[in-house]
Amino acid sequence: MIIPHPILGPRDAQEFVYLGDASLIDRPDGMTAGIEVFHDYLYNRDNPAGLHRELWYHEQGDRSWLVVTRDTVTHEIVSAELARDVARARGRSK
Amino acid sequence: MSQSHRIAGGQIDRSTTLRFSFDGASYAGHPGDTLASALLANGVRLMGRSFKYHRPRGPLSAGSEEPNALVHLRSGARQEPNTRATVAELFDGLTATSQNAWPSLRFDAMAINDRLSSFFTAGFYYKTFMWPAAFWEKVYEPIIRRAAGLGALTREDDPDSYDKAFAHCDLLVIGAGPAGLMAALTAGRAGVRVILADEDFRMGGRLNAEVLTIGGQAGGDWAAGVVAELASLPNVRLMARTTVVGAFDAGIYAAVERVSDHLPVPLPGKPRQTLWRIYSKRAIVAAGATERPIAFENNDRPGIMLAGALRAYANRWGVAVGDRVAIFTNNDDGLRSAADLTAKGVQVVAVIDSRTDGPLLPGIRHLRGAQVIDSTGRLGLSGITVRLATGQTETIACTALGVSGGWNPNINIHSHHRARPEWRADIAAFVPGQGGPAGLIAAGAAAGHLSTYGALAGGHVQALAVLESLGITATAGDLPKAEDAPLNLSPLWHVPHGKGRAWIDQQNDVTVKDVKLAQQENFTSVEHLKRYTTLGMATDQGKTGNVIGIAVMAELTGRAIPETGTTIYRPPYTPVAMGALAGRSRGKEFKPFRLTPSHKWASEQGAIFVEVGNWLRTQWVPKPGETTWRESVDREVLATRRSVGICDVTTLGKIDIQGTDAAAFLDKVYCNTFSTLAVGKCRYGLMLREDGMVFDDGTTARLAEHEYVMTTTTANAVTVFRHLEYCRQVLWPDMDVQIISTTEAWAQYSVAGPNARKLLEKVVDQDISDAAFPYMGAGSVTLGGLRGRLFRISFSGELAYEVAVPARYGDALMRRLMAAGAEFDAVVYGTEALGVMRIEKGHVAGGELNGQSSALNMGLGKMVSKKKDSIGMVLSQREGMTRADGYRLVGVKPADPKGVLQAGSHFLEVGAPVELASDGGWLTSKVYSPHLGCDIALGYLKAGDQKIGRRMRAVNFLTGTDTLVDIVSPHFFDPDGERFRG
Repeated sequence: MIIPHPILGPRDAQEFVYLGDASLIDRPDGMTAGIEVFHDYLYNRDNPAGLHRELWYHEQGDRSWLVVTRDTVTHEIVSAELARDVARARGRSK
Repeated sequence: MSQSHRIAGGQIDRSTTLRFSFDGASYAGHPGDTLASALLANGVRLMGRSFKYHRPRGPLSAGSEEPNALVHLRSGARQEPNTRATVAELFDGLTATSQNAWPSLRFDAMAINDRLSSFFTAGFYYKTFMWPAAFWEKVYEPIIRRAAGLGALTREDDPDSYDKAFAHCDLLVIGAGPAGLMAALTAGRAGVRVILADEDFRMGGRLNAEVLTIGGQAGGDWAAGVVAELASLPNVRLMARTTVVGAFDAGIYAAVERVSDHLPVPLPGKPRQTLWRIYSKRAIVAAGATERPIAFENNDRPGIMLAGALRAYANRWGVAVGDRVAIFTNNDDGLRSAADLTAKGVQVVAVIDSRTDGPLLPGIRHLRGAQVIDSTGRLGLSGITVRLATGQTETIACTALGVSGGWNPNINIHSHHRARPEWRADIAAFVPGQGGPAGLIAAGAAAGHLSTYGALAGGHVQALAVLESLGITATAGDLPKAEDAPLNLSPLWHVPHGKGRAWIDQQNDVTVKDVKLAQQENFTSVEHLKRYTTLGMATDQGKTGNVIGIAVMAELTGRAIPETGTTIYRPPYTPVAMGALAGRSRGKEFKPFRLTPSHKWASEQGAIFVEVGNWLRTQWVPKPGETTWRESVDREVLATRRSVGICDVTTLGKIDIQGTDAAAFLDKVYCNTFSTLAVGKCRYGLMLREDGMVFDDGTTARLAEHEYVMTTTTANAVTVFRHLEYCRQVLWPDMDVQIISTTEAWAQYSVAGPNARKLLEKVVDQDISDAAFPYMGAGSVTLGGLRGRLFRISFSGELAYEVAVPARYGDALMRRLMAAGAEFDAVVYGTEALGVMRIEKGHVAGGELNGQSSALNMGLGKMVSKKKDSIGMVLSQREGMTRADGYRLVGVKPADPKGVLQAGSHFLEVGAPVELASDGGWLTSKVYSPHLGCDIALGYLKAGDQKIGRRMRAVNFLTGTDTLVDIVSPHFFDPDGERFRG
């Protein structure tokens, strides 16, 4: 599999480490959210047959965390973005 | 024996004679021969015994689809089992032996299975060996495995090396027959980067086996001319002896190049095989088609082979498989075999044509509307029985029979991503369907274009399409003239006759009867058929048998073939040696290993090393006279606690963390607080996963307002760093915090023991008195002017420091420390002594940091700050994780000081029955404490904090032990910490 790194161009998937669903970006605030909310955040996932946004880490590369949009049926990769940009766009800051 | 069956012609070099042996007998052949062609040239048809019934077998094919002629190739450590004689290139001195036969190939005792065949039908094992269950693994399976089997391993190390390599191209062409050559030529001339790979040692595919002409040239000569032109193009790479074995995502293909398989031993510095990973923008699979047989009674005798193979042996290798040859066909291509053999002067005694309307061959006895119904010959074919169109039967003496039931396009690679093939009635075969690997397209016979012209045109057209998709305009060229005859096939899958067995899958001994039995027992789906009968499950993946099996099932169930099911294939296309998959990753090179800067010094001391992650760490250092490891470890512990010991701790992960938000960041990733840590101090930190379990621990020092250095465990150095990058980029993207791993940058040593300060005062330039450098102090120092770092931290419980210098000075520092420590009888201690001392102090490590334990379990629950948000804080408070009767870390001592503890033992109340319900927890780590003079251990015990002082049992089923133990505080040694504060 080839991942189109937004900075480095096409890179072999073997250079990356997979984490999982990109919904992990939306971490609740531990000071306000309770156990139920965190439980839902950590364990409940959609399992789509089709497009899936997921976190990959370019460990043997530039150490970027990426959000890769992949079709779980065909393995086609539709896009790859810097996770930091995605996180900021979703309102995360400090 | 001379080459009695050699006839004129062929692409072999008769000026050179190669000697080889098979089952101890010596033969001669020529360069260009395969082992099978050379044996056939010497009149040897019998090459193996079948898998289940031990039936005598000879080659069915002349290619990689071969199910029967599997041999041990070479001898000694280089012996390779299950080598297909039909593709093994002959070399001088080659030795081969038959497999799956005892005591000999001609007389095989296990052939009794053939007499008992009515017992060994499909499902036999499932039905017979059901009871008692325990017998399966110990009795039945070993016996079955010995009787039914393929080749044997030598159990010796392979003396050859294997490589992995990478290649990139615009277009990968798989197969160098007419379609592949034409595709490569079209694309090569247009200037794109082309790789042309072919499994054969001679490119040309079927053209080498035919007498057909292309543009007035012999097909083989045309192929050689194209190969020569391709070789002259700098943008084309030709890879002969290279099988593309699998299609992967994004245009990546795996290929095995047999670099040295055609040589007695590899040339110096050359691997035996190379596993290629080929990155392509586009790929054309021009893998041709595989002929399929027709099943009839006793259709598996040596001498019965595919009609196309029979003529390949004649045309390419100059071999007449038999002196009297018959052909059994349902299509015009079979007639071509009869014509070619006749032209070669081989006597064709009859053509048995199942069609009534096939074109008549002049001068040959052509029996139209006839079928072969049986054959004779114990170790090789001696005759066939034919049912004529009139219904009468006739026996015909012959020593070779060519069978053609049609051709199956090689859809293998195309179906590797589970693309379903489509049925084409005109050729009665599956062709590639929609949805194959992206960027891959089939051409030529692989796409169902079975004529030579069809192949040339297909290769050309598909290459033009590829060029266009790559944005390159190329105009269609004139194609050379070539035959373009239709197959004129009238489907015939098996000949219904009598009660005998008609083979479909010769490698796994699956017959028409087995398919019938599967149908009777309602295993009618092709997936059930496959698993119930093992149809297509052998190393050839049913290349010659699958479609017949589906067709027979279709007939039995009254369905059409495409309704019944399709056949698809998985990688690899042909078997791949484990050596090729491993490449250079074997023995010491199995994975990388890392050495600390003072590794050489430790080696000089005779240190015993242990693998920790990728690192080699000193485990202990035996002194002369010490006969057991325990003597050495006890001495290291006692000497350290008595005076001073030095331990290499370089392998601990070190991460520099800087930025205006560094303190806030650490408060997020550690469950305890670091923003309150004073500059120049360090603190023990506990890192949780989001699920609340402990992830890692270590000490982190604050070197400046916005600068920290974190340490991690050796094992988790990589994953902690990954996690920190995740927190920094994904969770808190605007934090001003930069991190970098400095594990390799610093060599670090622990100096521990009552004399640690005195020793370091001789090495460190600054004042390190207790007042100037108190417990948990941290900061920059110099050592004889060399910059370094000093941390006053203690894992051993002693007055202890860790001193770090740039990695290149690690060896020098180790030698300096040992020299300065001589007056204190300083010792070096390894990971074993470290383990003893940390358990004496009740510190958690590997056995306790097991990924399933919380801070509360470890007795560190108070470290989790609720005043701030940190990873894992919320979920560590879940109901199940905070229960008062949950596991707690305890210390364990044997009730009898001489008692032996074992890690993994489970705690039970005295008198409780030994059953799961009584399980109170388990013993995580155990050592012998030379101070206490007995075994001591740590463990997780339910409500352990309320059970200190209780006597329990430690039960271990693996070792069959049951020991009385006392539950104690985990702090065995200096519980008040007077020593490390000293």
